Amino acid sequence: MKKDKQQNSRTSRREFIQKSMRLSMGIGLAAVGGLVAFRVHADDTVWQLDPFKCVACGRCADYCVMTPSAVKCVHAFDLCGYCDLCGGYLKPNANARSTAAENQLCPTSAIRRKFVEEPYFEYEIEEKLCIGCGICVEGCTAFGNGSLHLQVRHNVCVNCNECSIARVCPADAFQRVPTSQPYLIKGEWTKDQDKKKQSPTG
Amino acid sequence: MKKRLIKLTLLIFFICLAVTSFAQQQRFPKPEFETGYVQPPTQQPLPRALFLEYLDVIVLIGALILVSWFLLKKRSRQGVLWTSVFSLLYFGFYREGCICAIGSIQNVALAIFDPTYTLPLTALLFFLIPLITALFAGRTFCAGVCPLGAIQDLVAFKPIELPRWLQKVLGLIPYVYLSLAVLYAATRSEFLICRYDPFVGFFRFDGTFQMLLLGGLFLLVGVFVARPYCRFFCPYGVLLGWMSSFSKKHVTITPSTCIQCKLCSNSCPFGAIEEPLLEEGKRRSNVNRLMTYLILIPIWMGIGGLSGSMLHGTLAKFNKTVYLAEMLVQNPDIRFNQENIDARTFMQKGKTMDELVVDAQKIKSQFYWGGWIAGAFMGLVVGLVLVNLSSYRRRNDYEPDRTNCLSCGRCVDYCPVK
Repeated sequence: MKKDKQQNSRTSRREFIQKSMRLSMGIGLAAVGGLVAFRVHADDTVWQLDPFKCVACGRCADYCVMTPSAVKCVHAFDLCGYCDLCGGYLKPNANARSTAAENQLCPTSAIRRKFVEEPYFEYEIEEKLCIGCGICVEGCTAFGNGSLHLQVRHNVCVNCNECSIARVCPADAFQRVPTSQPYLIKGEWTKDQDKKKQSPTG
Repeated sequence: MKKRLIKLTLLIFFICLAVTSFAQQQRFPKPEFETGYVQPPTQQPLPRALFLEYLDVIVLIGALILVSWFLLKKRSRQGVLWTSVFSLLYFGFYREGCICAIGSIQNVALAIFDPTYTLPLTALLFFLIPLITALFAGRTFCAGVCPLGAIQDLVAFKPIELPRWLQKVLGLIPYVYLSLAVLYAATRSEFLICRYDPFVGFFRFDGTFQMLLLGGLFLLVGVFVARPYCRFFCPYGVLLGWMSSFSKKHVTITPSTCIQCKLCSNSCPFGAIEEPLLEEGKRRSNVNRLMTYLILIPIWMGIGGLSGSMLHGTLAKFNKTVYLAEMLVQNPDIRFNQENIDARTFMQKGKTMDELVVDAQKIKSQFYWGGWIAGAFMGLVVGLVLVNLSSYRRRNDYEPDRTNCLSCGRCVDYCPVK
C-alpha cells in the first residue's frame, strides 16, 4: 500500500514537472514569436542587386549556386544611346566596329548587335548565354550611359535563404526586396523614384 | 577656334573618365528614330508566386499531421517512410532545399537583432510549426517531413552502434553549431547553416565542389552511422529535442505492456532507446553527486563565457567588414592594389579608413558580448549533460529517449507485442 502510494507520488511528480516544462517551452516559443511579430511581413522577399552600388567586379559569375549564374545582364533601352561605338559591346582595341567574335567584349557572345538606322545600333542580351560576369557593364558604365546593368533573374534564381553572392559582394549591392517588386531595373526603377520624389503621396 | 573645341571635348572626355562613379549618366542621349523603330521592353520574369510559398506552409502542416497520425494512431512505419519520401521529393527536389525549418532559425535570430530586417511570415511559420508539433507529438518533423533527414534515412543500410560516450560527446556539436549560427546571424555576418547545408547541392543537381563533397561524405558515413547530420550536427534538432523532451504525446515502442525482449533496442539505428534502469549505489551519495554537479553549472557557464569572449577576435574574422578592416590596417599598401577587388571597391566608395575601423570595432564588440552569451550557453549545456548523466531516472521498460528519438517508428515495427 505504502509502495503504491510512493509510486503514485513519483509518477504524479514527474507528470507535474513534465507539464510545467511543456508550458514554459510553449511560453518560450510564444515569446520568440511575439518578439519578432512586429518585424513580420506577409510578403516574401527575394534577392536583388542595386545597379547603382554595383561595381561590376565579376563575382556574380563565380559565386552563384547556379551554373551559369542567376545574375544576368539586362538592358535598360530607355537609357541606351544606341551608339555605333559601344563600350559594352566592343573591345577597347577592336579593329573594326563589326559583329566579329574577335571584336566582342562579351566572353560568351551574349550581346546581339542589330542595325536600326544610320548610325544607330540596338544591343540585346541573349540571357541563355549570359553568365553575369559584368564585363560589358563595366564597359558601358565607363564609356557610355550605363544602360547595361546586372540583375538577379528570378526565373533562374532559387532564392537561397542567404544569397551566396551577397556574402562576397564587395559593394554590398545585394539586398532583400519584396516579392511584389522583384527588380531594380535602372531606367524604370529610377523613373519610379523620380515620381515618388515629385509626389510623395503617390 | 577648332583647337579650343578639341581641347574642350578632350577635357570633358577626361572628366567623364575620371568620374568612375557608376551613377546614371546620360552621356549619349537616346536618339530620335526616323524609321519607326519600336524599343523592346526590358523583360522582368517574375519570381515564384506568393500563394505557392503559402502552399508550402500548408504542405508542411499536412505532412506533420500525417506523420503524427501514422506514428501515434496507426503505429505504421510504412506510412512514415512514404511520407518522408514525399517530403524528400517536395521539399527537397521540388523546392530545392529552400525554404527549410533548419535555416529559419537564422531568419528569426536576424529579425530579433536587426531592426531593418523584415521577416517573411512563411519563414516564421516554418520555424514555429515543427516546434509546436514537437511539443505535442515529439520529433515527427525529423521522422517524415525534413528532406535532409529523409535522404539520410534512405541510405542507412548498415547502421552500427556507436559507443555511448562517443554519442554524448558528438551530441554536443549541435549546440556549438546552434550557438555559432545564431551568433553569426545576429551580428549580420552570414548564415552558417545555409552555407554548410550538405544536401542542398544534391537537391538542386548543382553546387560547388565542396558542397557536393560534404554531402557525399555525409551520405557515405550515413550508410554506417545512421543520420549523422541529424544526430551530430543539426542545430534545429536541438530545439526540437527540447520540445520533444516535454511533449504531451510521444511514439511508444509497445502498444500495451513491454515483455522486455530487447528487439526494439536492436532495431534502433540511432541508439535512442533506453534500457530499464534501477538506481545503483546509495541514494545519499547519488543525491550528493547530483547536487555537486548542479552547483558546478555556474562555474561551467563562467568558463564557457570567458573562453567564448576570448575567441571573439577569431570568430569576428569571418565577418566581411572586420576582415577587410584588419587586412587594410595590417597592410595599408593593399589599398592601392587594383587586383584586390574588396580593397579597390572600398577605395571607390570614398569611405575613410577611420569609418571602416569604427564599423569593424562595433562588430567586434558585438562578437565579444555574443561570445560571452554563446560560451555561457555552451557551459550550461555541458553542465546539464553532466547532471543528466549523474542522475538516475527509474525505468521499468525499454523506452525511447525523448530528446534524441527521431520518431522514425522502426521500433514500432519490431515490437512483437500487438
